[in-house]
Amino acid sequence: MAKTVVLERKPLSLSERTYLPQIVTGLKTTFSNMFKPKVTLQYPEEKPVIPNNYRGVPTLVKDPNGREKCVSCQLCEFVCPPKAIRITPGSVPDDQEDREHVEKAPQEFEINMLRCIYCGYCQEVCPEEAIFLQDQYSSSGYSREEMVNNKQKLYELGGTLPDHHYKWDKKKEAEELGNAH
Amino acid sequence: MSAVDFLFWVFAVLSVGGGLSMVFSKHPVSAAMFMIVSLVAIAALFVLLDAFFLAVLQVLVYAGAVMVLFLFIIMLLDVGPNAAKQKIVHWKVGILGLLSSISLVFVLFLLGGEAGYIWSPDSESPWPDPKLGVSSAEDILPFSTNVSSFGYGLMTKYMLPVQISGFMLLAAMIGVIILSKKSDPRENDS
Amino acid sequence: MFDWLPQNVWFSVGLKVFFALMMIGAVMTMAGYSVLAERKVSAWMQGRVGPNRTALPFIDYIPIIGPFLRKLGIFQPLADGLKFLFKEEIVPGHVNKFYYYLAPLVALVPALTTMTVLPFGQMYWPDGTTSILALADLEVGILFVFAVSSLGVYGIALAGWSSNNKYSFLGGIRSSAQMISYELAMGLSLLPVFLWVAVPGAQESGLSISGIANSQEGAAWLFLVQPVSALVFLIALFAETNRLPFDMPESETDLVGGFHTEYGSFKFGIFFVAEYAHIVIGSAIFTLLFLGGWHFLPFMNDPWPANWIGTLLGVGWFLAKTVFLIFFFIWIRWTLPRFRYDQVMHLGWTKLLPLALANLIVYVIIVTLIDQSNSTPF
Repeated sequence: MAKTVVLERKPLSLSERTYLPQIVTGLKTTFSNMFKPKVTLQYPEEKPVIPNNYRGVPTLVKDPNGREKCVSCQLCEFVCPPKAIRITPGSVPDDQEDREHVEKAPQEFEINMLRCIYCGYCQEVCPEEAIFLQDQYSSSGYSREEMVNNKQKLYELGGTLPDHHYKWDKKKEAEELGNAH
Repeated sequence: MSAVDFLFWVFAVLSVGGGLSMVFSKHPVSAAMFMIVSLVAIAALFVLLDAFFLAVLQVLVYAGAVMVLFLFIIMLLDVGPNAAKQKIVHWKVGILGLLSSISLVFVLFLLGGEAGYIWSPDSESPWPDPKLGVSSAEDILPFSTNVSSFGYGLMTKYMLPVQISGFMLLAAMIGVIILSKKSDPRENDS
Repeated sequence: MFDWLPQNVWFSVGLKVFFALMMIGAVMTMAGYSVLAERKVSAWMQGRVGPNRTALPFIDYIPIIGPFLRKLGIFQPLADGLKFLFKEEIVPGHVNKFYYYLAPLVALVPALTTMTVLPFGQMYWPDGTTSILALADLEVGILFVFAVSSLGVYGIALAGWSSNNKYSFLGGIRSSAQMISYELAMGLSLLPVFLWVAVPGAQESGLSISGIANSQEGAAWLFLVQPVSALVFLIALFAETNRLPFDMPESETDLVGGFHTEYGSFKFGIFFVAEYAHIVIGSAIFTLLFLGGWHFLPFMNDPWPANWIGTLLGVGWFLAKTVFLIFFFIWIRWTLPRFRYDQVMHLGWTKLLPLALANLIVYVIIVTLIDQSNSTPF
């Protein structure tokens, strides 16, 4: 075991007790800092680089085939701590042939950005990987109504993300082959 | 009335008015502020007499240092306007004070009139003409507003008073130090 | 020298008023721009860029100069001043109204009064004579500066007291205690300077600022001759102008805003300008006393010709030194942390005051020895 060595603190010398050499050293440090490159980002002109997995504004995403992923299970609505999400469930429109195995779709999907705390629980809980907190960080508006993102706005913000599962396609395929479960 | 006369009246009224307001104002902070006004006005009167050095010292010592200390104590002890009401001066003390101040003025007039210090049209000024610069009498220093002449006077003719007042100030300072120290030596050990 | 001007009382008074207004304008502008300098220098020292957005409509369109000036933030003081003017005037209900309004004025007036005796250059007349450029070149100028600037503390003390707020009050109390403590060291530190400058048998006293400045022409600057005096004076100057590391009356971390916690809009602006005017004037005084005033370099005669060009260059050189000292004030602010209050008192009374006294005694002995060796026995 290493032996503990207690170092005696030496008494300050005369020049140290005046603090003047220390002040001069400090002045040198601050002066040299004046010529170092500035770290300021001129915000509206220059934008910051957003890292991966950034938790920005929650958005709804579509799958690569341009289909709505949300099935309005309302898990996000229930898990949302500040109760910012409000979903009106509805059925899948009849004209969408390739989504016939999906039971539900949101008729309306609202996220109140004045309530949202950007916790990311909705993304974590979503079984369909339909809601994502993406790199959008600046949301502003002139009225309270404007700060409520509706479904159309959410899809505009979200866009399309790659999908590895195509869960409903697989389900449809399995059912057509006769082994539904 | 020349400009200097006009300024004299302005500052004279300010100094006397400031002094009276100081005595009669209810709140200690107001009293201190009026005293500052009075002191600065007296400094301005010194300026009108060409005594710049005296004027500057008046402001520096009294208005700038002593009154700051006064104000500091007034604020620190939080002396409110009620402090003055509690101790009304007893009428006997008041009459005595009035008598003594009247007699002081009387004696001053008597002494000053004899020595010719109080000006009347037919009396000669006790001071030599400032333009001449040199006094006729040997024991009177030449009238001057020069700083070095102040120093010369203090270090030659008025050496004894300077040393005595210095000694008294030293005694006062030591007294204050002793008073402000704790009396019990055991308490000082900690 | 003004023989060609009409000899009229009102004209000469008017001329004096005009000069005084010009002086006030110059010092106030410098105060405003030292606020900008503070913001810029602090930004640079912290790796930021500082204010660079304010733009005037037409100047901003000039191709290269406009954007450059905007980047420097040249127009920022204008915007700041306008902001102070047009902000809502709020007077808290619990203040002592009369003294609350009086305090900013009491803070500003001494700061502006000291500049009357501030010499800023030397005029070379065509006939070979020189005269000092100052509103009033008093024989006891330096004492006048001390006297008047010591009145500035009333503004802070009254502001703290009249606000009826414990933070403000503590700020005011601290300020008055600090002023009293450091004025002594400041005055004592200058006595050796007066001794050194006053030649035996001279008619002029060593108390004239221009006399002290002119005594350094072609000779050593006084901070080389008297480094201890200069150091003590500089530290006391920081304390008297309430700059970091001595900004006890303000100290945001423990007193919210200190004496001006209850002040807003224009009244706060006046305090702000007064504080920076003190810094400008303090820098000028230090330049005149210890850095040779408008004279070029130590041990060198002024290189500029004795005509109007020399006058302008001298004034410019003096201004350059003053600006450097203002920069030094800011530099120190962003280098040293604030002292604790008891440390301030400890430093003032038990370190600076004995140091200044010892320095005085040493220089009394030195000056006496020099005088004895120079004087012929009679």
